Amino acid sequence: MQVIKDNAGMLSNFEVLDFLSESQQKSQGKRPNGRGQNLATVTYETTEYLSKTPAAVQNPTCIENFLKAIAPFNLTKAEKLQLVNLRPMSQVELQLIIEEIDERFSDNKIEEILGIVSSELPPSSPPNDENPVGSDHQ
Amino acid sequence: MFVLAELEYIIRVEPRRFGKDMKREVRDELNRKFANKVLHSVGLCIALYDITRVGDSYILPGDGASHTKVRFRVVVFRPFVDEILVGKIRSCSSEGVRVSLGFFDDVFIPHQSLQHPKRFDQEEQLWVWQYESEGEPHDMFMDLEEEVRFRVVQETFVDTIPKDGQTSS
Repeated sequence: MQVIKDNAGMLSNFEVLDFLSESQQKSQGKRPNGRGQNLATVTYETTEYLSKTPAAVQNPTCIENFLKAIAPFNLTKAEKLQLVNLRPMSQVELQLIIEEIDERFSDNKIEEILGIVSSELPPSSPPNDENPVGSDHQ
Repeated sequence: MFVLAELEYIIRVEPRRFGKDMKREVRDELNRKFANKVLHSVGLCIALYDITRVGDSYILPGDGASHTKVRFRVVVFRPFVDEILVGKIRSCSSEGVRVSLGFFDDVFIPHQSLQHPKRFDQEEQLWVWQYESEGEPHDMFMDLEEEVRFRVVQETFVDTIPKDGQTSS
């Protein structure tokens, strides 16, 4: 086996969830045999995890709109990806995701970013009471 | 959190499978080979994403099976350093906290990296963050099964058999 490229592109949680649920549906008709056991396990566990993240309610259009709206802020690719994956709701969460946020953005700009996040990305269906609170550990 | 990795692998197809749909055989074989496996310096493979190139098939002397070189992409769980992830606390010990992502359990937060001030509660066997607000300390227990956010500071691939794991904290 040869590794050609260990990182040929990053995927958002939504893309992975979408891809996995699609392939899960395709294999539904197949009789379960020992051969695909590993795949079935990891697919199940990953979809289970991802369906509890904001990715569960996202769609390609809202992500595209979000990325367009956030473009003027000049965030890095990784930062934008995490904004989509985690959908931060408070300043503390944003501080974790965006490096040196205090130097790069004024308070107004930070509020603006939070505003874009909450308006462009749909809220997770059970209104946030299960979301972790506190800064990074709680 | 997830990336695509491009790999190349030589697939052996047994003669009894020659009549079947080659593409499906290749897909099944690759999924069987890579799904839920940690590849060294690549990450935890989740599933085959697509096949980018299928080379010519060869039949080698002394073996009736055909060998085909295929290039393909897999969905890989590979958190980058400084990434923020959400997981559930699996266990606490005096050394630190173990966190699970459901499909990936080998996340370890050493006690040095927990918030200050903190202490380990011997009775409950849990870590406690002594959060101070308005001059009063509050005990925040890191209960099991509780969701936490953590930052990846390091990734390690342990090249040992039989347990091949990747730890990050």
